[in-house]
Amino acid sequence: MKAVELENIVKTYPTKKTTVTAVNDVSFSVEEGELFGLIGPDGAGKTSIFRILTTLLLADKGEAKVLGYNVVKDYKAIRDIVGYMPGRFSLYQDLTVEENLEFFATIFNTTIQENYNLVADIYKQLEPFKTRRAGKLSGGMKQKLALSCALIHKPKILFLDEPTTGVDPVSRREFWEMLKRLKAQGITILVSTPYMDEAKLCDRIALMQDGKIMTIDTPGNIVRQFGRNLFSVHSENMFTLLNDLRAFPQTESCFAFGENHHLTLTEESMAELEEYLLVRGHKNAAINKIEPGIEDCFMQLMKSPSQPFPNEMAF
Amino acid sequence: MKQLITFIKKEFHHILRDKRSMLVLIGLPVIQLLIFGFAITNEVRNTNIAILDNAKDEATQNIITRIESSQYFDIDRTLKTNQQIEKAFKTGRIKVAIVFQQNFQNELVHTNKAQLQIIADATDPNQATTLTNYISTIVMDYQSELNQQNNLPYTIKTEMRMLYNPQLKGAYTSVPGVMGMILLLISAMMTSIAIVKEKELGTMEILLVSPMKPWLVIISKVIPYFIISLINVATILILSVFVLGLPIQGSLLLLIGSTILYIFCALSLGLLISTVTDTQQAAMLISLLGLMFPVVMLSGYAFPIANMPLVLQVLSNFVPAKWYIIIVKGVMIKGIDITQIWKELLILLMMTAIFLTISVKRFKIRL
Repeated sequence: MKAVELENIVKTYPTKKTTVTAVNDVSFSVEEGELFGLIGPDGAGKTSIFRILTTLLLADKGEAKVLGYNVVKDYKAIRDIVGYMPGRFSLYQDLTVEENLEFFATIFNTTIQENYNLVADIYKQLEPFKTRRAGKLSGGMKQKLALSCALIHKPKILFLDEPTTGVDPVSRREFWEMLKRLKAQGITILVSTPYMDEAKLCDRIALMQDGKIMTIDTPGNIVRQFGRNLFSVHSENMFTLLNDLRAFPQTESCFAFGENHHLTLTEESMAELEEYLLVRGHKNAAINKIEPGIEDCFMQLMKSPSQPFPNEMAF
Repeated sequence: MKQLITFIKKEFHHILRDKRSMLVLIGLPVIQLLIFGFAITNEVRNTNIAILDNAKDEATQNIITRIESSQYFDIDRTLKTNQQIEKAFKTGRIKVAIVFQQNFQNELVHTNKAQLQIIADATDPNQATTLTNYISTIVMDYQSELNQQNNLPYTIKTEMRMLYNPQLKGAYTSVPGVMGMILLLISAMMTSIAIVKEKELGTMEILLVSPMKPWLVIISKVIPYFIISLINVATILILSVFVLGLPIQGSLLLLIGSTILYIFCALSLGLLISTVTDTQQAAMLISLLGLMFPVVMLSGYAFPIANMPLVLQVLSNFVPAKWYIIIVKGVMIKGIDITQIWKELLILLMMTAIFLTISVKRFKIRL
């Protein structure tokens, strides 16, 4: 049995003028015990998919199943077995850490003691603050508490909607280590994130854009499918460098990635490129061949079918 | 059951940890009752008066003693001449002056007629009327006593009797009004805000994706406010009996029973508000404008319904507080039993049923 199955799910929201299609004909499935990531920018439709799967929203079209239960007909059964952590911090700010955990344990018909081993790793870090009100915790601590609360009833499947948004890098890393440990205990995890660097930590990922899934595969396969050499280019004037690189006749694509520009070429003639840059006044341009990341693949997929390549116009 | 208890415990944590809401829930009823019961009142108490006794005989002394010993009047000064009367009024300390004619007792005994003048400060006409009435009542009392002693065959006795509220106490109207208002405020407004708060903070999302049944969530939200309402009823009744001196004439059981019905009605109204709003602010606004305003204006508490234009009279029938205030006045003050208020009780019951049905229908098990 699949842990999660979606078939041709469509979800639209009516607005005053038009209807917005948040999820556009999405189908995918998640195996039991898998750590599956929905990767995409804000507004890609990730939260809508989570809410449809957690029976909070009804899809306009299509069918979805969680552990074999239909999300519409068997919503009660699903609510018993899933753990859900919404994107917004959804715990009681005026209750203490311990009271929050106790409350959610009781709501799910269990006790902290019963499933303590499941949350122990996470909760141990919170225990020094257990009499502190949840509203007074740091962002990372809040997320850990929310995860503890979502886990306390030993769910068969865990839905985490952007659990690391707004959390510092150290806490994010810790958080993902926790997810790995939970996965090792056999819990299926569906996680969404706008951070591409977190994608490679999943078993499989779906890259989403504008309510559609662009590709689903393991992070390794997606990177392998990149199929080109990728170069990182750096010089003193990064802004003119970007424009110059894009104007270079052999450029296939060029995007700004933090401190460097990532470049793919249709024809690899490095000498020509170096000379071109020198002519354009980039004195200390450094060109390095690098391994593509998920984000490179995402950018590649995003622009591929719909828009023409910039260099086609140059030809 | 354990879920329910934990949930209710959680609700009490929310309430008890928020000092402001605590003040509203527990302090407001007491303050309102005392303000309406004591401060805002037409009743007369310890009014300063002046006496000009031109006779100084047994009869006038007798009347003065009676006036003084009543709790309504304090003799501020005794005057010697007519000129002093005006001066005394101008000091602003006295509200009434009483002037006895010369040879008061002689006239009374021999001609059966004696004159006594009551001069009142009529800048507040209502108060002036009340004050002069009080004094004439006291004088009348004395006169009828004299007549009894003299055993005269034909004595004309003017009897003024104020039904149900012989002392025209303000508390008689304010207690039912305050109860109608406070219970609605706490039960409807606070419950709707408490439920909408979960929606607004996003915790409702988690509660829905849990094995806890949605109706159980609602019940646990409602019970704390039900308990607090009961505490308030007890406070109001104890205060009105022991501080405002307003006895409960009818059956306490009937009074409390109908009050519980009214609380249920208000709670289901709060539930209804929570199903149509998504933010705490909206819930508060609807509660204040949609509930408080009609309760104060249309329940017959502040303004008599019979004096309203027909449209408002018809509208007032849809205000639950109107029916509740009729019940409380009846049971608490007139001491009537269930046979005379069953209609009002039935109306409240029907209103509750309608509110509940609509809110159950409207309650969303999804987002």
